[in-house]
Formats: sequence, C-alpha cells, structure tokens
Amino acid sequence: MTSLVIAEHDNQSLKPATLNTVAAAIACGGDVHVLVAGHSAGAAATAASQIAGVSKVIHMDAPYLENGLAENLAQQILSIASNYSHILAPATASGKNVLPRVAAILDVAQVSDVMKVISADTFERPIYAGNAIATVQATDAIKVLTVRTTNFEAVASSGGSAVIEAQAAVADTAQSQFVSKDITQSARPELSAAKIIVSGGRALGSAEQYQAILEPLADKLGAALGASRAAVDSGYVPNDYQVGQTGKIVAPDLYIAVGISGAIQHIAGMKDSKVIVAINKDPEAPIFAVADYGLVADLFTAVPEMLAELS
Amino acid sequence: MKILVAVKRVVDYNVKVRVKSDNTGVDIANVKMSMNPFDEIAMEEAVRLKEAGIATEVIAVSCGVTQCQETLRTAMAIGADRGILVETDVDLQPLAVAKILKNLVEKEQAQLVILGKQAIDDDSNQTGQMLAALLNVPQATFASKVQVSNGQALVTREVDGGSETLTLNIPAVITADLRLNEPRYATLPNIMKAKKKPLDIVKPEDLGIDVSPRLKTIRVEDPPKRKAGVILPDVKTLVEKLKNEAKVI
Repeated sequence: MTSLVIAEHDNQSLKPATLNTVAAAIACGGDVHVLVAGHSAGAAATAASQIAGVSKVIHMDAPYLENGLAENLAQQILSIASNYSHILAPATASGKNVLPRVAAILDVAQVSDVMKVISADTFERPIYAGNAIATVQATDAIKVLTVRTTNFEAVASSGGSAVIEAQAAVADTAQSQFVSKDITQSARPELSAAKIIVSGGRALGSAEQYQAILEPLADKLGAALGASRAAVDSGYVPNDYQVGQTGKIVAPDLYIAVGISGAIQHIAGMKDSKVIVAINKDPEAPIFAVADYGLVADLFTAVPEMLAELS
Repeated sequence: MKILVAVKRVVDYNVKVRVKSDNTGVDIANVKMSMNPFDEIAMEEAVRLKEAGIATEVIAVSCGVTQCQETLRTAMAIGADRGILVETDVDLQPLAVAKILKNLVEKEQAQLVILGKQAIDDDSNQTGQMLAALLNVPQATFASKVQVSNGQALVTREVDGGSETLTLNIPAVITADLRLNEPRYATLPNIMKAKKKPLDIVKPEDLGIDVSPRLKTIRVEDPPKRKAGVILPDVKTLVEKLKNEAKVI
C-alpha cells in the first residue's frame, strides 16, 4: 500500500498545505510518495525530499507544468496513478481543481475535504457547510482524497531523506493556456497559514474604516487579516480575504471576529480555531455561541482600546 | 453555440439542517428545497451569453427525483429554453452525474457546459471537473468572469491569494463562483412562460449509465460542539485572559 501526495508549490518552495496532506497520507498507512510536477521545480522537489515520512519524490518537469493547469497536471498524475492505493491533494483551490479530473478518468469516486482518516478506506468529511459530519467508505480500488489541511497537524518539513526520481513528463494537452495571475501582495502572513487572524465584518462600515481599525491591531499581533462574506461583498476587502465555507477554511490559534454577526457559512470556515474572540455590539449575534471570549461592545472603541492595552 | 447548464435541487441555503436521530443522514422531509445557489449563477451566465447573441440555445439539466422538475421550471423562468430531467431515486454521486451529463452533452452537441462550483448539500466540488475529464475538454473552475469569442473562452478564476486568467479552447466546462454575476429574479410572466417550455424526462437506464453509489455513507453526525464561552466585561479583561488563560498572545 503506497500513497501519492500531489505537492502544492510555486516551483521554488512547497506550500505548507503539502505537509498537512502528507500527515493525512501517513494516517492512511503504508509508504508515502510525493509528486512535484512543475517547471524548473528542482528546489521544490528537494524541499519535498526533506519532508519527514516521505520515502520517494517523483519530479516531472516541463514548461507547460509551470502554472499547474488542471488538464496537464491531471495527465501527469494519471501516468503513475496505477502504482498507488491512495492519491491525495490538499483541499485548496489547486487540489480541488485537479483531483476530480484524476478520479473521473480512473473511474473512482473522490472523497472531498477529508477531516479524519478512520481507516484505509473510511473517512470523515463535512457536509452542509460543516453542519453535519459524514463518515464515508470508499469502495473503489484507488482512493482519491482531498484533505482539509486544518484538521491534520503538519509533519516536519525537514529530517526526511527521500530519493528524488526524475520522470519524463507526459505531453502538453494544449487545451488551455495560462494568461495572467493577480496575486494580492501582502507583508502579512497568509490567511490559511496564520497563527492569529483578525477578521472584520460589515459593521466596519467601509474599506477605509476596515483598514484604519483592523490593520494596526493585525500589525501589533503579527496577524493575517480576514473578513466575512458581507464585508467582501460590500467591497471593503478583496475576495481572497473571505473566511467561510465558500472562502477559506482556517484554524488559527487565535481568531478575533470584529463586527461579524456569525452567519452559518462564516462559522463553518473558522469554528476549528483554537481560541475565538468575538467583538460585537449585538449581544444576540450568533458569533457569541462559538466564541470562547465575547465582548459586547462598539468595535470602534473596543479595538483601539485593545491596541492600547497591548502596547 | 448550445450551452448546457446543470442545476441541482438542494435544501434551501437558509435552512439549518438537522441530523436524523438514527444517524443515517440529514432530515430533508418537509424542508424548503431550492436550486443550488451556485447553479443559479451558472444559469444566469448562460442566459446572459444567449442575450449577448453568443449562445443560440440554453438547455437546463437536472438529475434526481421527480420534484427536480420544479428546479428545471425555475431554470426556464430565468431563461433556459428547455429542460431535461434525468429521473432516478438513487442517491446520485458526482461521478454518476458527470457520466449522465457527458452523455447529454454529446447527444445535444453542446459546446459549453456551465455548472455551479459545488452543491451546498454534499459540498463535493467535483462534478464539473469530472465532466471535463470525461469529455476530454479543458475546464475553468471557480469562475468570476467569462468572455467567449472566436472559439475560445477567456475566464478569470478565483484561486488562493487572488485570481488567475486562462483561455480555454471550446468545447469547455466552466464552474461558477459567487462573484460571477448576480442572478436575476424570475418575473411572474417568465414563470408562466416557463411552464410551457419543453421538459423531457429520461432515466439513467435509458442512457445506459450505471449510477450506483461508490461511496457508502456509514454515519452522519452533528459536528462537535464548542464548549460555551464567557462574555467579558471589558477590553482589559479580554487582553488579560488572552495572555494568561488562553496563552495565545
């Protein structure tokens, strides 16, 4: 029994989600191999070989693998899929994009958003925006899984010494072409990897106030900034700030929800945080039901006060 | 160009579902059902492409129980020209739906398929990608902008940390994210008109497709509850608790 983990990387370095996915693969039992498919991705392959618990890294390199296009990446995975009992990718935008293509061609079901590995063929996953947890058994020969990374503790990124095997890439499908990428530049930690998140809702009132109130607190705490869907839809912050079932699923050590009422879909995205703080004027706001510490207060006075208290 | 749009009947997004006491699933008896919100966005996009003169016909497809006809009527009220129900009582999983859709796309010679990025009941986020793979055509998931011209689709899609833009050779499959558009409300005259539009019903067996489930649901449970928190009197106490009790700052 051997598992294949599809590495998420930018050709230079590995994304941390890869480490959580390796942890899930180890829980499935057996050896763990990692596929690094990219362009000039030698550094990423070397990084993968140092992950604790990985016995082999398969490195496929070609110019058309640079941007992780689903059609091409799926072909690379399929070329080696029959060697594996489990194929796993993180349930990130990239993993969700490519893995169902692999499952369909293998004619097997995919288990999405695995939260827990019960046994080699049985897994827990959330349904209805996390309002219910299903235990499902996959009856197909190859198990194809996307992994909810916040539910698996990352394995160590060093200490391993896997062999790196270079393999020829499968030809370009040329079905789609990459045009451009528009990635938000920020000095703050990435939302999905941050230890502390300061998140704002519609009560902030405007983009200017979101920045004026929340940024100093986030800077003070070294925190990432997040937002509710209401704040995103009101245009206070870009899309990729959104925490929730339809945005990012996060589980930091500390999540500070400022002026967020706590819609079901928002709570589904942050309820696995270790400590949740809610600051809201409305004592009836549903966010208080999941908060460890609640403060019924006007955010426009409470947040600056908190900043002063921390200084 | 024909566009096929898949629409799923799901528990309405405003309903808080309850897990059945025997842990076999969630209770969907007597709860409000609606079209999956992402599918509504997919349907709106297809109708806009028709209004822009790019598409010639929009076909709505739904797979499932007989009541999915209502979902198809809603789709036709938004602007689909006709509907196809693939009727079955079997609990359909994404791979089975992808196989059904592949069959219909080929039969109808649809050039573009638009689906919601995921259904809000099983949250699988698989069907569009699986369909693209089975058809051996390109895909753009999580689309926030779609432009179609000269046999290609230029699609902006939401990815972690921002967005990216791809061109796809048509035929292609696109899955809709929240910000692709804001679906229109179906007007009463359009709801009346939708009742007269053609709706065909077929069975998976007629299409020669095995839809038996590949994933067995063993149990469905409530998520673990967080233990009740405390309401604090002031900011000073909050900072003190975070430092000394929770030890997170």
